[in-house]
Amino acid sequence: MAELHVELVAADHEVWSGEATMVIATTVDGDLGILPGHAPLLGVLPNGTVQIRTGSQPLVAAVLGGFISMADDRVSILAEVAELADEIDVEGARRDIEQARTSGDDEESRATVQRAEARLRAAGQAP
Amino acid sequence: MAGQLRVYRRRIRSIQATKKIMRAMELIAASRIIKAQQRVAQSTPYAEEITRAVSAVASYSDVDHPLTREKEQREHAAMLLVTSDRGFAGAYNSSAIREAERLSELLRSEGKQVSPYLVGRKAIAFYRFRGREVAGEWTGFSDSPAYQDAKEVADALMQAFTRAPEEGGVDEIHIVYTQFVNMAVQRPTVRRLLPLEVEETEEEPAGGTFPLYEFEPSAEGVLDSLLPRYIESRIYNALLQAAASEHAARRRAMKSAGDNADDLIRSLSRAANAARQAEITQEISEIVGGANALAGASSGSE
Repeated sequence: MAELHVELVAADHEVWSGEATMVIATTVDGDLGILPGHAPLLGVLPNGTVQIRTGSQPLVAAVLGGFISMADDRVSILAEVAELADEIDVEGARRDIEQARTSGDDEESRATVQRAEARLRAAGQAP
Repeated sequence: MAGQLRVYRRRIRSIQATKKIMRAMELIAASRIIKAQQRVAQSTPYAEEITRAVSAVASYSDVDHPLTREKEQREHAAMLLVTSDRGFAGAYNSSAIREAERLSELLRSEGKQVSPYLVGRKAIAFYRFRGREVAGEWTGFSDSPAYQDAKEVADALMQAFTRAPEEGGVDEIHIVYTQFVNMAVQRPTVRRLLPLEVEETEEEPAGGTFPLYEFEPSAEGVLDSLLPRYIESRIYNALLQAAASEHAARRRAMKSAGDNADDLIRSLSRAANAARQAEITQEISEIVGGANALAGASSGSE
């Protein structure tokens, strides 16, 4: 079976790259699954999660502010910040939410909550 | 005479101490260049992908985006100048500043107003000393910039770009930074960031022609969120290159300072040796003269 070549790249380093059977990403319009042979695609990813299914364990990552591009069975996921589930600082994300909630309801704290929630979701610790 | 020798010895000692400091700075800079170069390399995949994506969207949609639109009347330009926070880097800062001066001269001769945005304490000191107005300034990250820093700078610049001209908005953004070519060559470079230049070519882009992409949510939507990222990534790359250049310039400056210290020490120790020899010669001739005088006095009394 054909495989996808996936690259997960953050602004300052490459987070993960390898072969996968399926990629599920949260785009602005909802979840999007990509299988080998998918049509070329360029999509915007808001703060959310990306699931990369390899042979065994699915790999989950938090992707904050990025986009996904796909052509010829090559998928690149680019993001300002990309963290694999097991690298995520769960406590830190919880603290961020607490702090942002107490500091008031402005644009910035809403964004912080969104980012922290995306990280928690990726870590499987959804609030 | 003895005083002379003491002065020489004191100077030699102080130069030796300074030389040790310069040697240490040289080694630190040398180790940091490698780190800085690695960070440039690590940010390359992202920069390449984003450039490719922007070109892909631009070639398949009729781009009419505020960030790519060229206004006919351009009156106000922003200039981002990247320098270092600390000195001791040879001509690094002064050549970046000189390039910036040349650019603002050129822009002014085209009848544009220039508002400077500065990164690094050295540029800020330069502008403050001359009492010039500064539109924005950032310090504290020149030797190892993080993506967040680039984002801050990019946000400020893009806000200025999207503001109306009456409220201090700008029509063009230029960036002056030092490009890291290799260990020996760092070149002050001027780039126009915005508006993006859309080139119509027949040439095939790197990595083959672009496939016919589907856009999520739409071509405009993708471009809307891609372009700011692209600018951020350009600025991030410029900051990283500048950091690598800074370390390379510092290493070279410290190396030649160390070499000069060696030369100084060599000529000073020659002078000190001559002074010591002169002292000894004088003492001998004083002793001989004294002995002769004593001998003459005793022979005269016989």
